[in-house]
Amino acid sequence: MRLPVRTRLALLAGGMAGGLSRAARRGNGTTISGRVALVLDPQALSRLARGRRSAVVSGTNGKTTTTRLLAEALRTHGMVAHNDRGANMPTGLVACLARDVDAPLAALEVDEPWLPTVVAAVDPRVVVLLNLSRDQLDRVGEVALLAHRWRAALAVPRSGSVVVANADDPHVAWAAMGADRVAWVAAGQAWRADSVLCPACSRLLARVGQEYSCRCGFRRPQVGWRLVDDPGRDGGDAGTYVRDPDGRKHRLDLSLPGRVNQSNALIAVAAAAQMGVAVDEAAAAMARVREIAGRYARVDLAGRALRLLLAKNPAGWAVALDLLRPPAECPTVVVAVNARAADGRDPSWLWDVPFEALGGRHVLVAGDRRADVAVRLAYAGVELEIVDGGVAEAARRLGPGSLVDVLANYTAFDDALAAAGGRGTASTPAASTPDAHHG
Amino acid sequence: MAEQTVGRLDPRPGDRLRLVSVYPELLGTYGDRGNVLVLAARARARGVEVEVVEVAPLAPVPSQGDLYVLGGGEDAAQSSAVAALAEDGGLAAAAASGAVLLAVCAGVQMLGERFVAGGADVPGLGIIDATSTRMPRRAVGELVVEADPGLHVPLLSGYENHGGGTTRGPLAEPLGRVVRGAGNGEGTEGVRQGRVYGTYLHGPVLARNAAFADHLLGLVLGTLAPLDDTLPERLRRERLTAVLGSAAG
Ligand SMILES: [Zn+2]
Repeated sequence: MRLPVRTRLALLAGGMAGGLSRAARRGNGTTISGRVALVLDPQALSRLARGRRSAVVSGTNGKTTTTRLLAEALRTHGMVAHNDRGANMPTGLVACLARDVDAPLAALEVDEPWLPTVVAAVDPRVVVLLNLSRDQLDRVGEVALLAHRWRAALAVPRSGSVVVANADDPHVAWAAMGADRVAWVAAGQAWRADSVLCPACSRLLARVGQEYSCRCGFRRPQVGWRLVDDPGRDGGDAGTYVRDPDGRKHRLDLSLPGRVNQSNALIAVAAAAQMGVAVDEAAAAMARVREIAGRYARVDLAGRALRLLLAKNPAGWAVALDLLRPPAECPTVVVAVNARAADGRDPSWLWDVPFEALGGRHVLVAGDRRADVAVRLAYAGVELEIVDGGVAEAARRLGPGSLVDVLANYTAFDDALAAAGGRGTASTPAASTPDAHHG
Repeated sequence: MAEQTVGRLDPRPGDRLRLVSVYPELLGTYGDRGNVLVLAARARARGVEVEVVEVAPLAPVPSQGDLYVLGGGEDAAQSSAVAALAEDGGLAAAAASGAVLLAVCAGVQMLGERFVAGGADVPGLGIIDATSTRMPRRAVGELVVEADPGLHVPLLSGYENHGGGTTRGPLAEPLGRVVRGAGNGEGTEGVRQGRVYGTYLHGPVLARNAAFADHLLGLVLGTLAPLDDTLPERLRRERLTAVLGSAAG
């Protein structure tokens, strides 16, 4: 790729800074090298993206998984720049694109507030919008605001670009409706508590099943892409299929567990199709993915086998509880919660999570905020035991043998992964910026 | 070493609690659902039959409840909710007939005469003698409150996250005095007027402060048998220590 001298110098300086940072063992250097490059050349992101066919993926939950699945599909057509280290702000994107300067394709996970900036700079072929729900409680209030910002950004006409949007999430649908071309996907909504009001006019949304509508005229769009479960009674193979807008069915066999990942794959397949990857080809590539940045992976910690599930917000926890193996297989579960800057300082969200689902299991409670979790579980009638420490200390309390599921939030998950000898998920969300438009 | 916090006593026949959760889907930003879960669990642990009524967003509010919980919400939710509650009248009727109300955060502002939401001055329900305006800075962080001695509860711990401050009129007393944090914005925290209680403490407040939960339940049910509160007490002390240091109690 031909880059202007200024950009090349900026990258060179950034690369050196990244090397020093790695040498000093202060993270993997991704973010700092991108930061240096952007300071020296503010246009570095758009210059690095020019000439590539890019897809950007954003949303509160599932963006790391969906971007990875999409990257695997695109890889069947050529080299792909992919920010798989989780650094999803402009600095991280610059570092990612600079690492793979010659990749003609890019699959980029983008932090929700940064989506407008990144879309303007990268000019992506495809913008994938997953969902919007409350994340860090000390940033809440941004859900409606984010939808407004997304809508404004997507309303800017860009030739040859398409938005691939989850029609089941009203905020996402409203944001995407601002765009010229939209491919609508029924990617589900695990969490409705943040979309009770109409994003267009703030009236109460009427809901029937997956459908929603408002007196102002806003309603769920007609969906082109959906999942179909075939019980196999009509002679076909039982299983889950992707149904494309032409009504054709394509088998979807994932190694990743749960409906939520089938939904992530569905929207990734729809996005890959916009970039010319055939559905069956994309689905086959996605089927080979077994873990996402340590998530769902089986790790060994203190001689015990653990399966790590990450949940960062109430919607994510509801999904993660669904992914637990049944109590007969997994009678003991570890729940680890921190409330550090990257997690959000306020764990009130614990009361929004349906922890009653843990009834009948024995729960080891760990993490900095174990006392908060213990009170929540006690009131939910769940049998619990407090472990003084994190996931590693909990692992030492487990008997040898069977695989134990671990549910952890952001930094508790990173700590567990680090203790198991894996690397952390690298990126740290921006320090919480309390927003001033609610309460 | 499984721990049991909420013990069970034999039911006292005839004891019944109607617990009304107002618009939980709209007004539930800060885990407000937790206050309802805690009240219900603590009443049931005393053998009281509990009926939890969750009022769907903007649906009529029954006026025959014993204890009402009103949570926090974003500006749009708060404005929609207060308009519906004013038109419906059920909550005001319940308060007038002596029901116990607990309002948290945006809920406090809605119960007052006026508040600010989305940059506009919005009329409140006028159930308490208080007015809320924007504070110069948003209050976010741990909040510690020394409750009014009449409440007979130890130091209250919670988390606050609000842009509005509240000024009481002559009919309303504060819930207590701020030890750490912002509260109402002028040294006091919360509002108390008859059997109506408002607070900026969440976390949720009753999960962290079992004695305050029992104070509210006691207003309806009378004297309550003690429960094993090892876990909530551990949480309360841990949060107080995190804010105040080891001298906390
Ligand atoms: Zn509307």
